[in-house]
Amino acid sequence: MSESTMRVTLKVWRQAGPGQAGRFATYTASDVSPDMSFLEMLDVVNEGLTERGESPIAFDHDCREGICGACGMMINGVAHGPMQATTTCQLHMRSFRDGDTITLEPWRAQAFPVIRDLCVDRGALDRIVQAGGFVSVNTGSARDGNAIPIAKTAADAAMDAAACIGCGACVAACPNGSASLFTGAKIAHLGELPQGQPERGRRALSMVTQMDLEHFGGCTLFGECQVACPKAISIDVIARMNRDYWMATLFEREGVATGGDA
Amino acid sequence: MTAAAKAGASRRGRLATFASSTVGRKIAMAVSGLMMAGFLVIHMTANLLAYAGPEHINAYSRFLHNVPELLWGARIALLAALVVHVTSAILLTRVSATARPVGYDQREAQVATIAARTIRWLSVLLALFIVLHLLHFTTGTLLPGFAEGDPYANLVNAFSTQRWAAAFYLVMMVVVGLHLYHGTWSAIRTLGLSRPRRNPFSRPVATVLAVALWLGFTAVPVGVLLGLVGPRPSATASR
Repeated sequence: MSESTMRVTLKVWRQAGPGQAGRFATYTASDVSPDMSFLEMLDVVNEGLTERGESPIAFDHDCREGICGACGMMINGVAHGPMQATTTCQLHMRSFRDGDTITLEPWRAQAFPVIRDLCVDRGALDRIVQAGGFVSVNTGSARDGNAIPIAKTAADAAMDAAACIGCGACVAACPNGSASLFTGAKIAHLGELPQGQPERGRRALSMVTQMDLEHFGGCTLFGECQVACPKAISIDVIARMNRDYWMATLFEREGVATGGDA
Repeated sequence: MTAAAKAGASRRGRLATFASSTVGRKIAMAVSGLMMAGFLVIHMTANLLAYAGPEHINAYSRFLHNVPELLWGARIALLAALVVHVTSAILLTRVSATARPVGYDQREAQVATIAARTIRWLSVLLALFIVLHLLHFTTGTLLPGFAEGDPYANLVNAFSTQRWAAAFYLVMMVVVGLHLYHGTWSAIRTLGLSRPRRNPFSRPVATVLAVALWLGFTAVPVGVLLGLVGPRPSATASR
């Protein structure tokens, strides 16, 4: 039994609250099963900390099945850790070796202030969606699902973009701290569908404006976001966002809305 | 109604928002960059006339100088493109610099190419190169024995007598190639002109352009150094 367990050293960013000074603290996690998820390993470390009367490491998590977007941290300088197309909760300790030192840092961006330890406020992403990431529909009884014909290619492209869970890894991995992959995904997932067409231009104008208001950086197409994305969303959505944006600048008739100031 | 909403209501307002947005500035960089890349294709093609002999490249030079509207139109357009390109780059770099006030203790680039990661710093070198290049071959300030209206003599003179110039040009052409390798690809995607691909990192157009311009521009100083492009009279007719 004991030969199959691992011992890892954690170097974790600890910060008591927003705007406070933080520092790295080192913890040892022993008796770690390779079959534990990364968050389960942190749960065990936190139990130990709680028993010793120390404050547990705060980290965001919710569904723990890779679909909610709550969890996410820089693990050894890589967003969501070493497994491609995988959220932190779906990462397992078998991806590490016995004796490894693992550095844990929160997402770093002006738009993502640290709340505590590894938790950041990703409200900026919500405000980008509020600004235009929706379709306006009159309420009433639901229409038949197949009433609007949608090409298979369009449905596939929309679904690929809609896989975005808003975890913020794209921002965290971007050397410029840009939210272009997130905003592009939200614009593409509605813009690919017929229901998204009436508000397409206004959506691009509003969401890009909000993205800039939130102090995200500009895109230089390094491509880091695409490999950090746990849903493997392609940087093609950024090209699409840019095209919608300049087309709307020239031809759109409606004004823009924003999701409020940052 | 927020200020942003008011600004978005009219096309003029939207253009003002566009000019100050990160996406708008990037698009300005893309358009101005592609203009300059287009110029480089013409410039390189003209340079290769040196291999055809002095009469051809000098005839091209005379043609340009005989149509001042064309020459000065192109110069003004390129200067405007350069100003837009550099200004946008500086403004965007400043936004990016403030977008992550606290950096990572540990951060590994996963896929960013060398060309992409070095483009900001190497573009400072490119700006310096443009100034030196103009002082070298346009005004002749840095070229002893500069002959007005005889580009063939000037390039043979420069690359055969000023070894530093040949070395500097050869290095800078690698920098130009790297800049275009990332820049052209980035510009095409920034404008949304690319078709979705299975691997969006593939860049056939940018690769061909970057390699062709690097080889084409490198060919002239190398030709002089190897004696393939020699001093007049081109008695090397024995070739």
